[in-house]
Amino acid sequence: MGSRASSLLREEDIEEIKKETGFSHSQITRLYSRFHSLDKGENGALSREDFQRIPELAINPLGDRIINAFFPEGEDQVNFRGFMRTLAHFRPVEDNEKNKDLTSGEPLNSRTNKLHFAFQLYDLDRDDKISRDELLQVLRMMVGVNISDEQLGSIADRTIQEADTNGDMCISFSEFTKVLEKVDVEQKMSIRFLH
Amino acid sequence: MESYLFPFDSLICMLLGISFTVWFTLLLVFIIVPAIFGVSFGIRRLYMKSLIKLFEVSELMLSVSVILQRGSAEPEFDMSDIFYFCRRGVESIVDDEVTKRFTAEELESWNLLTRSNYNFHHISTRLTALWGMGVLIRYGFLLPLRVTLAFTGVGLLVVLTSIVGLFPNGRMKNYLSDKVHLMCYRICIRALTAIITYHDSENKPKNGGICVANHTSPIDVIILASDGCYAMVGQVHGGLMGVIQRAMVKACPHIWFERSEVKDRHLVAKRLSDHVADESKLPILIFPEGTCINNTSVMMFKKGSFEIGCTVYPVAIKYDPRFGDAFWNSSKFGMVNYLLHMMSSWAIVCSVWYLPPMSRMEGEDAVQFANRVKAAIARKGGLADLLWDGGLKRGKVKEVFKEEQQKLYSKVLVGSSEDRSRS
Repeated sequence: MGSRASSLLREEDIEEIKKETGFSHSQITRLYSRFHSLDKGENGALSREDFQRIPELAINPLGDRIINAFFPEGEDQVNFRGFMRTLAHFRPVEDNEKNKDLTSGEPLNSRTNKLHFAFQLYDLDRDDKISRDELLQVLRMMVGVNISDEQLGSIADRTIQEADTNGDMCISFSEFTKVLEKVDVEQKMSIRFLH
Repeated sequence: MESYLFPFDSLICMLLGISFTVWFTLLLVFIIVPAIFGVSFGIRRLYMKSLIKLFEVSELMLSVSVILQRGSAEPEFDMSDIFYFCRRGVESIVDDEVTKRFTAEELESWNLLTRSNYNFHHISTRLTALWGMGVLIRYGFLLPLRVTLAFTGVGLLVVLTSIVGLFPNGRMKNYLSDKVHLMCYRICIRALTAIITYHDSENKPKNGGICVANHTSPIDVIILASDGCYAMVGQVHGGLMGVIQRAMVKACPHIWFERSEVKDRHLVAKRLSDHVADESKLPILIFPEGTCINNTSVMMFKKGSFEIGCTVYPVAIKYDPRFGDAFWNSSKFGMVNYLLHMMSSWAIVCSVWYLPPMSRMEGEDAVQFANRVKAAIARKGGLADLLWDGGLKRGKVKEVFKEEQQKLYSKVLVGSSEDRSRS
């Protein structure tokens, strides 16, 4: 919220982020303040520790997976552009999406991209498939110690059975999309950003 | 017929009389007398701790019902279950002091205070019952109590400052004026059930300086003035405010400007510098942002106060939005409406940090100085997110919270798979 924070963000940067993510000018400055306040090391980038310092995120059963989603493959730091790009997935879908992205066909907060974000939460090794093991691990994160291995295993098996159409015992992204076609993804994967 | 009513009449009168006496005695002993002497029984802190427990319980209940809302027709584990945790996680990342009050629609009522946009759908009977009880307590008990206190506080302020004004100028008068102001502001604090933690009191503003604070609500003044004595600055109002202003200025020199004078920047600057130059006068309290902000635009610290060239004592005020909405949307609500909102909230919880004094450096102009002060205040207030714990041992409670969520989710999975095996 200090003037130092907003002075480090240039107008050209704001315009680019606006085009890429669809956020408004004031939303971007507000989120920049938030980014700046999370950045304890003051090096213009966030590390995993910076995220883990957020209390509500630390108690979220899937906290680590969500934090991981911000960091591209093999990197330990995320800059403001990357931060905004990931947050853009959660922008609500407006009825009149006028700002069609010029560089790529689909806006970051489209249904497909929202689903892809969720898919990546399950896909631990980023190989575009959710294996039985990965599903088990994520399930274990969500239930803690309260369900036995066998029960959890049968839940995982049942889920894969219902979703898997090509018989490779893994869930691909298209199978994932098919399973969730009746779910209101746009509403469930959107959060309200103040203007 | 009438003779039957008489005994009841006097009985009712007696009962009313007794209850009023009891009421006022309790009020006096537990609230007003401590306020006069500046001591505290710790009742408000206890209240705050129990409120926090209550909020946690209701938030748990709310998360259960949200998870349970999936319905029984679907298979027991849905790949979309992840959405709930995912969204909560990202909300906490985006979360800042203001956004916190606007979390997803389902969770809007979690602190049992549904205000405008009342879309309360029946989530669970227990929650509704809790909320209903909350309404009863807040409007039936807390509100009348607070209104009584507010009237007492303001009334005493007007009367006592006028009396002090009759004294000849001198040390005695200053001493009395300080005491009177502090006492009345403390009563007003209790009228709002404000629970304030003051940090770094060694940096409290001294005479001959200007105290600069960030402005988030009209009650900032009361919060600061109940811990120290300041000279206020403001426009002359009519009505009740005017009466209060005229009374206050009799006891000690506050700076009230006529509407016409406010436009003349030089006049304003001159009066302020004259006040500051007089070492015997109290430090001036200024909110450089001007009127209340609604936190959606970047505020410019008005440079006028920074041109005067004296020591500036920055103060950061930070509210905890869980307990009550301290922000004033002046375009929507008038002052009275706002005060009613305040008084029917659970409590106002805030922290005040006194920052070390700052002066304008060589080669720095007023705008740069203003920005430097503003950055220091923002930095301090921004850190509050992580410093909120204070003595509340929040860390310990939180671990339990994560396990609770896992337990609840497991119940949902296992519960429905039991149904399945039965069928």
